[in-house]
Amino acid sequence: MIAALAFILSGCGEPFLSALQPAGEVAQRQYNLMVLSAVVMVVVIIVVSIVYSIAITKFRRSKVGEDVIPKQVEGSHTLEILWTVIPIILVLVLAVPTVAVTFALADTAEMEEVDEEGNRTALVVDVRANLYWWEFNYPDQGIVTAQDLVVPTDQNVYFNVIASDVKHSFWIPAVGGKIDTNVDNMNTFYLNFDSGSAEQVDNLFYGKCAELCGPSHALMDFKVQTLSSEDFDEWVAAMQEAGEEESEPANDAIARGEEVFGPDGQACIQCHAVSPTSGAGTSQGPNLATFGERSYVAGILDNRDGEDSREENIKNWIRNADKLKPGNTMGAYNEDDLSDEDLDALTEYLMSLKVYTE
Amino acid sequence: MDAEQKFTSRTWPESPEKTTLEGKNKFLGFWLFLGGETVLFASLFATYLALKDKVPSDDHALAIDMFELPLVFIMTMLLLTSSLTSVYAMYHMKNYNFQKMKTWLIITVGLGLAFLGFEIYEFYHYVHAFEHTFTSSAFGSAFYTLVGFHGAHVVVGLGWFLLLLIRNTNRGLNLYNAPKFFVASLYWHFIDVVWVFIFTVVYLMGMVG
Amino acid sequence: MSTVAQKQGFLAVLWDYLTTVDHKKIAILYLASGGFFFLVGGIEAMIIRIQLAVPDNNFVSAGLYNEILTMHGTTMIFLAAMPLLFAFMNAVVPLQIGARDVAFPFLNSLGFWLFFFGGIFLNLSWFLGGAPDAGWTSYASLSITSEGHGIDFYVLGLQISGAGTLIAGINFLVTIINMRAPGMTYMRMPLFTWSTFVASALILFAFPPLTVGLFLMMFDRMFGANFFDVSMGGNTIIWEHLFWIFGHPEVYILILPAFGIFSEIFATFSRKRLFGYAAMVFATVLIGFLGFMVWAHHMFTVGLGPTANAIFAVATMAIAVPTGVKIFNWMLTMWGGSIVFTTPMLYAVAFIPSFTAGGVTGVMLASAAADYQYHDTYFVVAHFHYVIVGGVVLGLLAGTHFYWPKMFGTMLNEFLGKITFWLFLIGFHATFFVQHFLGLMGMPRRIWKFLDGQGLNLFNLISTIGAVFMAVAVLVLVYNIIITQIKNVRVGNDPWGDGRTLEWAIASPPPFYNFKQLPLVRGLDPYWIEKMEGNTKMTPAEPVGDIHMPNNSFIPFVMSLGLFIAAFGAMYQVDWRASDGESFVWAIPVLIIGMLITIGSMAVRSLKDDHGYHIHKEDLLNDDEGGRD
Repeated sequence: MIAALAFILSGCGEPFLSALQPAGEVAQRQYNLMVLSAVVMVVVIIVVSIVYSIAITKFRRSKVGEDVIPKQVEGSHTLEILWTVIPIILVLVLAVPTVAVTFALADTAEMEEVDEEGNRTALVVDVRANLYWWEFNYPDQGIVTAQDLVVPTDQNVYFNVIASDVKHSFWIPAVGGKIDTNVDNMNTFYLNFDSGSAEQVDNLFYGKCAELCGPSHALMDFKVQTLSSEDFDEWVAAMQEAGEEESEPANDAIARGEEVFGPDGQACIQCHAVSPTSGAGTSQGPNLATFGERSYVAGILDNRDGEDSREENIKNWIRNADKLKPGNTMGAYNEDDLSDEDLDALTEYLMSLKVYTE
Repeated sequence: MDAEQKFTSRTWPESPEKTTLEGKNKFLGFWLFLGGETVLFASLFATYLALKDKVPSDDHALAIDMFELPLVFIMTMLLLTSSLTSVYAMYHMKNYNFQKMKTWLIITVGLGLAFLGFEIYEFYHYVHAFEHTFTSSAFGSAFYTLVGFHGAHVVVGLGWFLLLLIRNTNRGLNLYNAPKFFVASLYWHFIDVVWVFIFTVVYLMGMVG
Repeated sequence: MSTVAQKQGFLAVLWDYLTTVDHKKIAILYLASGGFFFLVGGIEAMIIRIQLAVPDNNFVSAGLYNEILTMHGTTMIFLAAMPLLFAFMNAVVPLQIGARDVAFPFLNSLGFWLFFFGGIFLNLSWFLGGAPDAGWTSYASLSITSEGHGIDFYVLGLQISGAGTLIAGINFLVTIINMRAPGMTYMRMPLFTWSTFVASALILFAFPPLTVGLFLMMFDRMFGANFFDVSMGGNTIIWEHLFWIFGHPEVYILILPAFGIFSEIFATFSRKRLFGYAAMVFATVLIGFLGFMVWAHHMFTVGLGPTANAIFAVATMAIAVPTGVKIFNWMLTMWGGSIVFTTPMLYAVAFIPSFTAGGVTGVMLASAAADYQYHDTYFVVAHFHYVIVGGVVLGLLAGTHFYWPKMFGTMLNEFLGKITFWLFLIGFHATFFVQHFLGLMGMPRRIWKFLDGQGLNLFNLISTIGAVFMAVAVLVLVYNIIITQIKNVRVGNDPWGDGRTLEWAIASPPPFYNFKQLPLVRGLDPYWIEKMEGNTKMTPAEPVGDIHMPNNSFIPFVMSLGLFIAAFGAMYQVDWRASDGESFVWAIPVLIIGMLITIGSMAVRSLKDDHGYHIHKEDLLNDDEGGRD
């Protein structure tokens, strides 16, 4: 029956988003708990249904007779003890693994472990939630990104989460349960991204905000790119390198776009850093160092149909940000704010912001 | 029993506050209300403890800098004594001695007013000597809310006693107003009990640090 | 004072209802205003479902959507479910315990008017700049930063109506403790009375934390305090604790009276006494007690740590045990009985599987580690709608059909009632069953829209179709009520024929003094006992004598109106200060005037003796069938 139930449940939802198709150790343990509790509860429901069905079919007045006065039974101690003790046992069956898993998932001792040189061995990501975007800072690596979380597979990744404006909640349904990003204090937990499952979803999981945070709460999505350990190390190295060197604009359009982006143009740079090593923890808008490689613009406009869709999405976003994500702090730029030519150049520039891919 | 019936000290019942059904209801209802009030103050105490000494920067005064024993000790004594005098008043109420009840209630009100005067001075002192205001920090908000809620209860209690005294000055005791005096004094005891907790949790614990 | 009802003009009737202290008329006031708010909340629910019918929909804007979802929750809990339950408590509990009125008729009226003005104030936000938009839970960081006056309406409106609820709770407690008829011991009280008693105790202890939370938020938003401002040392988690210390017992405040209504219905229409009465009473009390121990299960993802989470998880699971006892006792009440499927009984029978489904998902949610996945998703939405619609709303609909004849003296149409039932039941399951899966498939709750390509389209559409069924069901019910009242076919004492408790022993509706002679209660289900001995009436416990009655009063209305006025002043003095005193100069005067009206009417109440009046024995004897022509 457990197998049957698991089979039914796994048919539900998309694998990059569904908690019913666990893609890592944390989600798997939670899923097992779900299945266990569901099975226990289905047993309860079956018992109730049987008693219930017999009662409402057998004792209809049309069957027992119009003028029959039933025996006024006060109760039955045996029965009442029975249906008190059995639920207690069922609850215990569920309570023990619940407590065990709750403690196991809260174990972040590995975060403190260091190697001989005093460097932390585990990967730690500082997550900062903002209206309506996510910053992912890798403090030990000295790099920062936004909207696309990049993680290695098959190892525990530890998260310190906090919010910078109002409360949000950090959730990657396929990989594990959520944790609130409070404004008051830092919360800590870990996730583990399974490489096999990651392959099935083209190494891209969806993440969501799970706490009402304002008009665009529904659109506060982020994405998770998974890489193998080796690829992840390469990515880190590329990010660190990109932070050190100034890159020259490849053509005039890009150069113009950089001007528009800069302090003498639209001053985008006041809120958006373009270096993968700056702005962590303080910047007003998402870091755009890897913007040309992102899977989505603003977490909601899909770029994966190729560079044309990327260009279109970027322009759409700049022109209509207030409609696409109502209440976001960037606002939209119409033709009076930003001419079509400048928009073209800016888009060129933004598409050129790449670190890891060519 | 009729509420307006005239009594003598001989016919006056043992528990005049609970003799009529209305009195009985009022007595029980008020106890239940005090149960709810207890939860209200418990919530305020919890909030205060969570926010105690939570200030935005180092230049804000903390509990240990501000609170002084002599002042709150005098306030505590005033309020404890007023609770005792209201017990005397109820003792005379049960003995059908209206004049003495009135006298003791007036003394109670006087002590309550003195307490209130000290409390106003205390707040004034914190605001001016330490710039510790309702809006200066979370600690300030929590402190003035907790102690202020108690202070507001004192004001209500005093107003209640005064209203009852004025209304019934020339009427003497009967089964209609006896429960009213009784629950007002219950309220006053409750205020006193809350203060004992404030004295301990806010001031004594505050002075320890 | 004649006890014979006369034909009255509209204004006279209006004045009568504005000043009434009669629990039966207050019940009708609660029913009418609760019903009105139920329709308002229902319209809001329909807008939510229309918006979520298809992906990337723009039926309403994002900001408006958040206002609607907030008001849907707030309205349904505070302004619909609770008042409707109060309607039945008021109408039935004094009759069930053989009392002539509640303990505090004046406060009963005050409680209603406070609720009414609080509710009106909250809903006026729609017309005065926007409704609250931070969810019915109004978590502090978001509600503190929310612009406009929406949250102020929430805070002040709930503060006023909450005071009314607290008063009603104390009133029922005292009524049940002090006003029971001779022989009505605690263990002979009908289960609806018991559940009212426990729910009232929960109100008494659960509402003060909400009051404090609302005060703190009011001080923060309107008077410059810093409870929830982190930069000033504040802490937003305090709000979450205070809210849920109130919020979880609130769930039981709603469901326990519904359990009570169903218990009466099962016994009545199975023609059999409630199975395991003592265990049912014990389970009700235990649920009420445990209800205070589990609030943090709403906060598993806040980061309270594994120890707190584990403790609250196990405590929460423990509630399943007494609830399970109740389910089995209801089924065993039917077992061996003689079941007749009237409309109320249909609701009761449908309630068992519906509520069981909501209960078992509750146990699943209690499992803290798994809750990290369920929390704040549509799984939770499905769960609490299964409990609240499958439990409370089915209970309210059952109660409406069951007690309508007792309240109004005429029966709702059974055929239309059954149509409502089937439409509502099908719609309910269609709407909410799939939402469990939506949550597990990664759909967070309180989202304005969902995007295409995430596998959420089909179930959302099914859910919306289900909601349409429920809406139609409610319309049929409204039609049923209208035609029933127009036809107005009068019924006798015991229209269902199988009444067991005291309320069925007297006229429908009862005379305003309820019982000419207080009945003598000789056991559980006193009217059934008399019927089984061949009596048609209760054995009186006293000779006919003068009856003491309270006077009507307009003061409760004025007292509540004062707070309603003051709330506007409190709210707009924020703009007055923001404008450096240039505009909104009327705000502070209005605040003061409002408070003076309230305090003044309290003083009037206190200074003016009100001894009530007596109905004389002779009038009672003349008035044979109790006040109705």
